[in-house]
Amino acid sequence: MRSNSYTLIFTSLITIFLGFLLSVAATSLKPLQDINIEIDMKKNILGALGIEPTLSEKWTIPEVQDVYQSSILGLVLDKNGNKTDKNPKEIDTEKDKNFFPIYLHQVDGQVNGYVIPISGKGLWSTLYGYFAIDIDCETAKGITFYKHGETPGLGGEVEKPWFQNNFIGKKFVNNDNELVGIQVVKGSVDKTSEDAYRQVDGISGATITSKGLEVFLKEDLAKYEPFFKTQRKAIG
Amino acid sequence: MSILDKKSKLAFSDPLMANNPISLQVLGICSALAVTVQVQTALVMTLAVIAVLAISNTVISLLRNHIPNKVRIIVQLSVIASLVIIIDQVLKAYMYDMSRALSVFIGLIITNCIVMGRAEAFAMQNDPKSSFLDGVGNGLGYGGILISVAVFRELFGSGSIYGIQLIPNVFYSNGYENMGLMVLAPGAFIILGLIVWLHRIMAGIESD
Repeated sequence: MRSNSYTLIFTSLITIFLGFLLSVAATSLKPLQDINIEIDMKKNILGALGIEPTLSEKWTIPEVQDVYQSSILGLVLDKNGNKTDKNPKEIDTEKDKNFFPIYLHQVDGQVNGYVIPISGKGLWSTLYGYFAIDIDCETAKGITFYKHGETPGLGGEVEKPWFQNNFIGKKFVNNDNELVGIQVVKGSVDKTSEDAYRQVDGISGATITSKGLEVFLKEDLAKYEPFFKTQRKAIG
Repeated sequence: MSILDKKSKLAFSDPLMANNPISLQVLGICSALAVTVQVQTALVMTLAVIAVLAISNTVISLLRNHIPNKVRIIVQLSVIASLVIIIDQVLKAYMYDMSRALSVFIGLIITNCIVMGRAEAFAMQNDPKSSFLDGVGNGLGYGGILISVAVFRELFGSGSIYGIQLIPNVFYSNGYENMGLMVLAPGAFIILGLIVWLHRIMAGIESD
């Protein structure tokens, strides 16, 4: 049997040594990890707009940077929908209640669509993603999720193409120009329903995830509504 | 090569077949079910587990005469946990998509019974060399089963192996469909159950 002081010294030494090792690993790998996270974010913004490499090819990091650089412009809007001179990187989308980042998709200098970050509670976790909107400011162009902790096969289906493709072409504004959001229905959308323009097929077994998504998508869209309203007016 | 004495050889080869951690000891099942949808994720998981097992076994074996008995489990666990965190960090830096695909399961290597089990049952009593071999052997035994499960699941669930499409498109246009069950957890249960059964018959083990 060893003495208590031996045990104490031994465990302290082990702890200090392992702690040192871990901090070295964490700090030295941080820059590379940050680049990966940034690239992933850019891929997701592009993905929401439907700009993706085909299945057989994969984008390298410089390719993603190139595509992003040449077609996406990040802006920050204030509460009233006015453009500010802030950088989207400064904004914490979850906490900031006054400033909202928006990404403009540009083709030959013309705005071709918008992407906004969306996040909110599902069943088990907070879902994070992007929502792309067409230039008419009322039609969905796509949706992606890059982080969530929902059950694979149930709520986790939100990350699958079959579910995400449902959103393309759906409208979140009604004929009276009011924000109504996109509804996730149980089962399949009844095409004859008069609300079909704003409904997407639900995920069976994931009612709470679907409802959560519906609610936070509408809340996030509401933040940008002042901006979209002015845009819609400008289009006429 | 005759540098391996009999004991070391046994430490390495025993867990491959005769005493396989998954199919005979039924340890480490959780991750075996979770990461076997594709061969690629199974392969990376295997490499990660081999690395953790080999290094943790060696380190613990080196320290075995110095670790106070009262706190040995905690010491083993800190060594294992540190290794796993480092591997997780490396994956995040160099194989980001892979680390996304494996998500929490790399972190959960910490709780994989095989790693703790080998540290406690083997490395605490044996010299570093055979502990290292025991670690690699158990990792390979684990990985062998993982990859066999993944081969079946990916082939029947997605029609490919290691991302390479094997089932020709002609099949699909004539009504062949991928088995959705294989992609989900129950598919893994069934395949794993069959493998355990087969392996036990081959090894001649009778259960009561």
